[in-house]
Amino acid sequence: MKLSVSEGNPHCIKPLAALQVTGVQVSVHYVNHDERVVPFLNRPVVPALLLPSGQHLFSPNVICRYLFEVKGQESSDLCNQWLEWEATSLQPALQLALHMAVLQGKGSEVSKVLQGHLNVLEQSLSKDNMPFLTGESVSAADVVLWASLYPVLSETSLALGERGSLKTWFDLVAAMHGCQSTAQKVLQGKGLQGMKSYMQRQPVPQSSQCRDAPPCNSNPAEIEDNDRVVTEEEMEAAVLAWSRDLNNSCDSASRQYPILPQEGKRNILLTSALPYVNNVPHLGNIIGCVLSADVFSRYGRLRGWNLLYVCGTDEYGTATENKAREEGLTPQQICDKYHAVHAAIYKWFQIDFDYFGRTTTEKQTEIAQNIFWRLHERGFLLEDTVEQLRCENCQRFLADRFVEGTCPHCSYPEARGDQCDKCGRLINAVELGEPQCKVCKRTPIIRSSKHLFLDLPKLENELEQWLDRSFSTGDWTANAKQITRSWLRDGLKPRCITRDLQWGTPVPHPDFKDKVFYVWFDAPIGYLSITANYTDQWEQWWKNPQQVELYNFMAKDNVPFHSVVFPCSLLGAQDNYTLVNHLIATEYLNYEDTKFSKSRGVGVFGDMAKDTGIPSDVWRFYLLYVRPEGQDSAFSWADMALKNNSELLNNLGNFINRAAMFVTKFFEGRVPVMELQREDKKLLALVGWELQQYIQLMDKVKIRDALKHILNISRHGNQYIQVNTPWKKIKEGDAERQRAGTVTGVSVNMACLLSVMLLPYMPTVSQTIRDQLNAPPSCIQTILQGSGAFVCVLSAGHSIGSVSPLFQKLEADQIEALKKKFGGQQQTSPQRAAGTPSEAVSLPSAQAEVAPVIGGDPEKAKQLTQAVAEQGEKVRALKAQKAEKTVITAEVAKLLDLKKQLLIAEGKKPEPAPQKGKKK
Amino acid sequence: MALRELSSLEKYLGLKKPNKYTTRGDKKIPVLQSSNGTQLVGLLTIACHLVKEAKRPELLGDSTERRALAQQWLEYRVTRLDGYSKEDVKNILQDLNLHLQDKVYLTGNQFTVADALMYYGVHPLIVDLSIQEKEQYVNVTRWFDHIQHYPGVRHHLPLVVVLRNTIYTGRHH
Repeated sequence: MKLSVSEGNPHCIKPLAALQVTGVQVSVHYVNHDERVVPFLNRPVVPALLLPSGQHLFSPNVICRYLFEVKGQESSDLCNQWLEWEATSLQPALQLALHMAVLQGKGSEVSKVLQGHLNVLEQSLSKDNMPFLTGESVSAADVVLWASLYPVLSETSLALGERGSLKTWFDLVAAMHGCQSTAQKVLQGKGLQGMKSYMQRQPVPQSSQCRDAPPCNSNPAEIEDNDRVVTEEEMEAAVLAWSRDLNNSCDSASRQYPILPQEGKRNILLTSALPYVNNVPHLGNIIGCVLSADVFSRYGRLRGWNLLYVCGTDEYGTATENKAREEGLTPQQICDKYHAVHAAIYKWFQIDFDYFGRTTTEKQTEIAQNIFWRLHERGFLLEDTVEQLRCENCQRFLADRFVEGTCPHCSYPEARGDQCDKCGRLINAVELGEPQCKVCKRTPIIRSSKHLFLDLPKLENELEQWLDRSFSTGDWTANAKQITRSWLRDGLKPRCITRDLQWGTPVPHPDFKDKVFYVWFDAPIGYLSITANYTDQWEQWWKNPQQVELYNFMAKDNVPFHSVVFPCSLLGAQDNYTLVNHLIATEYLNYEDTKFSKSRGVGVFGDMAKDTGIPSDVWRFYLLYVRPEGQDSAFSWADMALKNNSELLNNLGNFINRAAMFVTKFFEGRVPVMELQREDKKLLALVGWELQQYIQLMDKVKIRDALKHILNISRHGNQYIQVNTPWKKIKEGDAERQRAGTVTGVSVNMACLLSVMLLPYMPTVSQTIRDQLNAPPSCIQTILQGSGAFVCVLSAGHSIGSVSPLFQKLEADQIEALKKKFGGQQQTSPQRAAGTPSEAVSLPSAQAEVAPVIGGDPEKAKQLTQAVAEQGEKVRALKAQKAEKTVITAEVAKLLDLKKQLLIAEGKKPEPAPQKGKKK
Repeated sequence: MALRELSSLEKYLGLKKPNKYTTRGDKKIPVLQSSNGTQLVGLLTIACHLVKEAKRPELLGDSTERRALAQQWLEYRVTRLDGYSKEDVKNILQDLNLHLQDKVYLTGNQFTVADALMYYGVHPLIVDLSIQEKEQYVNVTRWFDHIQHYPGVRHHLPLVVVLRNTIYTGRHH
């Protein structure tokens, strides 16, 4: 066995003394402090004992314990207890004491830091009246504790008071087989100073209380930063900012059509991932792209940036075509219907697009074909033949989701043509076992079809150069960089850009005239065409990388298409396109402890949020509070209620309401005269610091982190009011009344500041606050200019408006009811039962029967369930026979009616039915 | 928290009569009150005591060396994972990840009480990891998933979902 130690390292006294006491033979090696002896630890740790098996012991206590056991002495419970106490309680205090004594020359403080621990030892030793800690003979506990206390107890300069039993024990161990000389050797005979070079390399120990701090897995907003020390300079600067004038110069609040890049301004083009048209977005989709982008764009406008925010629905592709076929509508009708659904949801969430367009437009065809031809002319497109499944009956190739069969990996019988729902692996449709056309259920044949590929390998170099630039100058979230790098690391392969479908942008090349562009070539071009539908001068945004900064918002699954595939299309087109400068990708938001699932009816979807009766602003607040920024997070009803009640109601709302109420009640609605004292200046500095942090974080699109600083300010404010008790002082003498005035005036200005900072998050509440305070609109620019300034925008004499509470409590029973409603169990029935025939096609009708029946008429429900199943069969059969459309439509209507009756029989409201139906 | 761990451990060990516990101080250090009036203080100490009480000494390690290794990880658990700071998280996961590279359990090929307590202690860290980080600390994740499915260990803690397929390799071109 080999023991590695280093000179001047106090931890090494333990094993060396244990070797002396036990007499175990081990070869001792002296190494430098920086030597990494234990290979798997990420910092050098000494002492370390190499065991015969090749494993390392790196804990000095465990090494001692081991040496005693080798000698035949097992560790008792009592011995374990002392060793654990030493490691968890004494060591942190000891590190602090040694740090103070060795590096800070504060030897006099050592006894204060250690007195509690020394008393524990003294009491234990004197009470049991035994020579050693665990009894009559020496144990690992004695050696370990003696060795760890040696540096301080042997130093006479560190007065340790009258602890007789402790002293007797200490001397007793010291006298054993050369313990003392070993210890002296480690300290090189220089006492505490012998440890100096070792101590200098150690991290500064925190006071032992710090270990009581809660673990860091709580939300960032819950960790307070109250101990920040405010310097004199900060206070002076804060007072200076406070007395600044309102900035009336710019009125960028009004947006004039069309917004175009302007010379000398920061021109920002902002997009959020285009939601696919026939899915109703769930909360995860909303926070992942449109809401995050909305907060940032609102913030950007307040900062005075010249900003254009565009988004729209992504409408082409197989899923739309499938849906249209099943519903007996044209794809365009499907798109029209769902585009309106999307628009309504985003409107309710107050997503302030400059333009919300769609991809099925003339401009889309024009621009996509233009890019295609430019790529073609420049030799960036390859031709290749692909084997594909073709249904002879339906006369078409079965792309992606038009085919189902057995998964070649896991044998799941209902795998789709592009991916298996069970094992999640990607599938090439021709690999499916027993493939079936999804429409007519017949077996397709394999046919080869000619396709075009974007030659990504040819563009790889140029892409990498551009990415290097963009990574280093822009704000890319860590996951965006990581995902992009992993794609590049694996090497790029040519990517197919055409599909054998009808519903898409037609490929203009005569050799490919029956094909359309694959949705991922086509969809990002939607950003351009949507802008083109907003203004004819769209090229000022999209062909202007010199002037324009492009931000893309999305969830992480969309990253490769925005960072690799689409930039390659634009680079290859060589038309001076604006490429993404900042790519902001969120992680995933889960629902309670599971995933959002449309088919299982789990989670809250965009159109249901409204029905909960909880205001849009509160939804926004909570989603942003749990924004999956940097890591996955979860939506939880209980947590939403908690955050509403604790943060919005008790913290933020309470502060703002109190501040304004004091003005109304005590000062006839006029802001009182403020005479700042030291305490007020300190508060101004603290608030100013929070504001600056907020701005720095928001500039970097750290939306969730920035929110924490808003809540910190109102916490400061509540504390300030609580300490200064203006409601008491107002009833006292003149000086106290004056003080109450100052505190009220500062507080109401903080309320105004908060309303400005809240604006991107909760636009309605923010406006309500400013209305209540009668605040001048120019306060927004004044506060958010530059690095941020807490300015006194409501000066003495300003009249505020009428004040009312901002938030309402969310009651436990209300939340419990909502949780049940969206929990996924009984929810299955309205979801499924209300589904259109299309759902009946993909779901076995048995599903309807398992749905639990609550209330209503169970017997009737049973009959109706049967009827629905039969009618569903009938519709399916008609479709399979390609019956006349009018016939099918009539039968579908019957089916829908039956489902509605079923809902009533089940005791549920039938209203959701048409609305849910729309989502399909 | 520590008390729930101990109660889960008791259940795992199949101890019939639950012991009486209290806690001490702000850090809520567990204290075992035995029937004869004596006390045992500290998670590690009590855990080892329970194992002996249940007559399952192999769970402390079946050799001197393995016993030392188990103790070492128990100590790591109580010193590093109780009250860790944000910066510690990365270090802890890196340490464990490298250590577990060639091991099934913390001490090698045999399950010990150190695996159970480390699992309890590391749970709040793992819960907070993104999928990407779980892939980064793949050995920890594998070990963690193994322990959480080890019969009778998990008890009071929620199952953490661990993906079997990696999603950050970009193999899906």
